[in-house]
Amino acid sequence: MITKRIIPCLDVKNGRVVKGVNFAGLNDVASPVELAKFYSSCGADELVFYDITASAEGRALFTDILTETARSVFIPLTVGGGINTTDDFARVLACGADKVSVNSGAIRDPGLVERAARLYGSQCVVLSADVKRVDGMFRVFAKGGRENTGMEAIEWIRRCVENGAGEIVVNSIDTDGVKRGFDLEMLEAVCEVVSVPVIASGGAGCTKDFIDLFKALPKVDAGLAASIFHFGEVSIKELKQEMAQAGIPARI
Amino acid sequence: MIVIIDYGVGNLFSLKSSFGAIGAEAVVSGEPEIIRQAEKIILPGVGAFEEAAEKLRATGLDRVIREETAKGKPLLGICLGMQLLFDRSYEFGDWEGLGLIHGSVRPIREVIPEDLKIPHIGWNPLIFKKETPLFGRIQEGDCVYFVHSFYGTDCDDVIATAEYGAELTAAVQKDNVYGCQFHPEKSGEAGLNILRAFCYDI
Repeated sequence: MITKRIIPCLDVKNGRVVKGVNFAGLNDVASPVELAKFYSSCGADELVFYDITASAEGRALFTDILTETARSVFIPLTVGGGINTTDDFARVLACGADKVSVNSGAIRDPGLVERAARLYGSQCVVLSADVKRVDGMFRVFAKGGRENTGMEAIEWIRRCVENGAGEIVVNSIDTDGVKRGFDLEMLEAVCEVVSVPVIASGGAGCTKDFIDLFKALPKVDAGLAASIFHFGEVSIKELKQEMAQAGIPARI
Repeated sequence: MIVIIDYGVGNLFSLKSSFGAIGAEAVVSGEPEIIRQAEKIILPGVGAFEEAAEKLRATGLDRVIREETAKGKPLLGICLGMQLLFDRSYEFGDWEGLGLIHGSVRPIREVIPEDLKIPHIGWNPLIFKKETPLFGRIQEGDCVYFVHSFYGTDCDDVIATAEYGAELTAAVQKDNVYGCQFHPEKSGEAGLNILRAFCYDI
């Protein structure tokens, strides 16, 4: 039986992990490569590297880091941030990424998902959607959650899957950072319309939030989080053990 | 020396790196002469069966692979590389494979319930079916990473399966010819241990 995936997300800026990292036993907590190795050894099922660099120098540094990570970490790597063209796909895939996550790039250029899926296969194309309720409707936001596109989110996600997105990250802006659990209502609405893996993001504050997620919504395939892992509030090892005890299939 | 066959299908960076991580010398090459000199061969592959099979034929590498494995040289096919070892594939048509493993490749959809997602993607525990040196360094129940929409069937050489609404072929072996449907180079320590076994115990 396929296991539920636990995915730490690393935001990388100018070659370093941003958002505080608070670990014992790691010499360089801001080194993305060291952190990736650490998570891999703790049982992370996949890693997401999010490039939040704006400059060209930072971007070159990011690809160096990605290459170095892919050389030493042997679990699936997903890369997002600044993916606007199929050339961007080629750039990160050449460094050892397995999947590429698109967000604002797909909003600006609605043909991007389809072209990338045709070139690299659907399994390679992850749509990351930042979604927020506005007047009771789910809306897609762009530019890191700052800009309301006005698009209805569930229909947008359904269309992207139709065009070839092979996996969906649903990031709820409403629950992000609140640490009171994932946005089950939003995730359920997405699960109802797509038949590709759905990754829940935004809202996890403790181990129980992951257990509640997989119990309530068996169709959700993975849970993603950043700071609670980075700050050691949730240990991936313990989380996996508790999942297994709760009857949720987990890779231990 | 291990040669990872490069026939223009997919990115071989992670695969090459994984051999580096276990201290094995691996070379990426599409040159028949280099493949003939190798002690062991890796046949990788992602994408469509038809295109991959056609590339192997167009480059003459299909003949090189058949000749070298006939001499007893160990070969490991990975993902689509495993499927290419079969007699044929019904992936959007009817295509001939290398015929090194008897059986066919068919859509997963034919055998799994409607509500399960395609592709079969993620970590799934291995169910052992036969003794094999390939699994000498791992345990039954160890999870490995899968990404596929088609699977090998009608096959007597299955050495492991994974449960996904049906028991899907996870690995095959016939004498010196091995195949993994999953990606050992993306399967953490269990995957590296499978590659170690292939490099050092076979």
